[in-house]
Amino acid sequence: MFYWSLAVEYMKNYVKTKLTYRMDFWIEVLSDLLFQAVNLIFILIVFRHTPTLGGWTEAEVVFVYGYFMVPSGIFSALFNIWNFSERYIVKGEMDRVLTRPAYNLYQVLLENLDPPSLFGSFVGLIIMILSWGDLGLAFHLTDVLMLIAFTIGSVMIYAGIFTSLTAISFYSDAPTGILPLMYNISTYGRYPVNIYSKIIRFFLTWLLPFAFTGVIPASYFLGRNESGLSDLAPYTPLMGVIVMGLGLLIWNHGVKRYRGAGS
Amino acid sequence: MNSAYLDLIRIRFLMMLAYRVNYYSGIVIYTINIGAYYFLWEAIYGDQKLLAGFTLAQMTTYVAVSWMARAFYFNNLDREIANEIRDGSVAVQFIRPYNYLFVKLMQGFGEGLFRLLLFMGPGLALVCLIFPVKLPSDPGTWVIYLFMLLFSFLINTQINMLVGLFAFFVENNEGMLRMKRVLVDLFSGVIVPITFFPGWLAVTMKWLPFQAITFIPSSVFTGRVTGAEVWRVFGIQVIWFVALIIPIAWVWRQARTRLFVQGG
Repeated sequence: MFYWSLAVEYMKNYVKTKLTYRMDFWIEVLSDLLFQAVNLIFILIVFRHTPTLGGWTEAEVVFVYGYFMVPSGIFSALFNIWNFSERYIVKGEMDRVLTRPAYNLYQVLLENLDPPSLFGSFVGLIIMILSWGDLGLAFHLTDVLMLIAFTIGSVMIYAGIFTSLTAISFYSDAPTGILPLMYNISTYGRYPVNIYSKIIRFFLTWLLPFAFTGVIPASYFLGRNESGLSDLAPYTPLMGVIVMGLGLLIWNHGVKRYRGAGS
Repeated sequence: MNSAYLDLIRIRFLMMLAYRVNYYSGIVIYTINIGAYYFLWEAIYGDQKLLAGFTLAQMTTYVAVSWMARAFYFNNLDREIANEIRDGSVAVQFIRPYNYLFVKLMQGFGEGLFRLLLFMGPGLALVCLIFPVKLPSDPGTWVIYLFMLLFSFLINTQINMLVGLFAFFVENNEGMLRMKRVLVDLFSGVIVPITFFPGWLAVTMKWLPFQAITFIPSSVFTGRVTGAEVWRVFGIQVIWFVALIIPIAWVWRQARTRLFVQGG
C-alpha cells in the first residue's frame, strides 16, 4: 500500500512536468513509434520479395513482432535507468535514495519512469489483433490470460537481465558499454529464432533468454511447434521469475558495496 | 588561417582518441547488428538465387560494408549545433574570426578520421573474419570507394547541419533530430537496399540525396556497379554535395538575423 501510494505520487509529478512541455511529449511518442516502424517497414519490404522467412509467413512474422513490442514497451516505460552509473554512482545520488525507507531499486525506477514508451505496447497489441484476424486464428478467453502471463514473464526477463547489468556499476565505475551491447542482442528475439544458427539459438533460449520475449510466447498463439517452440511458451513466466530473481540478487549484493562519491 | 582549421581536425581527433574505449564496444555492437541482418537475409533468400538484383554473397557484403561505412560517416553535429544554438554559445562563435559551419565540418572530419581508423577499419576486419564477406580484389575499386566514402561523409554532414540549424527557428528540435536519424538510416539504404523498395518509393529515392550516403558507395564496393557507370554514380554524389550547399548557405543567412537565446 505504501509502495502503491509512492507510485501514484511519482506519476502525479511526472504528469505535471510533462504538461509544461506538451509538444515534447508527443514528439517523443512519435519518434519512438517511428523507430519501431522502421523494423516493421523492413519486414514488409522484404516480404514483397519472398513468400516465407525460414518457413514463417508474413502475417506470422508481423505477429511475432507485434508481441515483441508489447513487453518491450512496458519494460522501456518502467526501466529507464540507462544513465544509472553517471547519475547515481558518479554523482553520488544513490546517497539520497538509500537514506529513504522504500526499496532502493523501486525508488530509482520510479524517478525515471518513461510512460510514452507504453504507446509502443499499444501499437504492438493492435498489430497482434490485426494479424490475428489475418491468420484466421481461433480466439479463446484463455488467450487473454496467457497473453498477460507471458507479457509479465517477458518483462521480468528484460528487467532481470538489465538490472544485473546495471548493477555492474556498483563493482566498477568505468563505462563498460555492455548495456547498449545487450540492448542490441535483445533485438534478436523479435524474429523467429530458427533462422539463426544452433549456437545462437541455444544462447537466446537458455543463456540470454531473449527468445522468451518474442518468438517463443508468440508461437504459442500461432500454434507453431518447430523445435518445440510452443512447448517452451508456458515456461515464460517461470523463466521471468528466475532471471528477475538473479537480477535482484546481483543488485542487492551490489548495493551493499556502494560507497558515496563524496562530492 | 587554414592551419587553424587543421588544428581543429587534430584537436577533435585527439579528443576522440582519449575516449576510444567507448568505441571498442561500438565495434561489437555493429557486428551484432550486421549479424542480425546477415541471418535474416540468409533466411529471406532461402533457395532463391537473386533478389532485386542482389545475390546472397553480394547482400552479405553490402550489409557489412554499409554498416561499417555508417560507423565512419555517422556524427552528432546536428545535436552539437542545436545545443550550441539553444544554450547561446553560438553567439560567441559568431564574433570569432572564422566560419562557424567550417569549424563544425572540420570537427566532424576529425571525428570521422578517428572513426575510419579505429572503428570502421578494425570493424570491417572483424566482420570479414566472422561472416562470408567478399572484398573487392581490384585496387581501383578500393581507391574510388574511399573517395565515395568521403562524399558520404560530406553529404551526411550537410544534412546534419541543415537539421541542426533548424534550432534557430524552433525552440526544441530534439524530435526532429531523432526522426532524421531514423529516416536517414532507412532512406540511405543501410537497412534495406533501395532496389528492394516498392516502385514509387524507389523512384522517389532516386531524386533525394539520401541514396548518395550509403546505397551508391556500397553498390560500387559490392561490384554491382562497374565500368563507366561508376563515374556516373560518383557524379551523382558530387552533384548532391554541391546542391546541398545552397540550402545550407540560405538557412545560415536567414538564421543569423534571428538568434534567440533561451536562458543562458
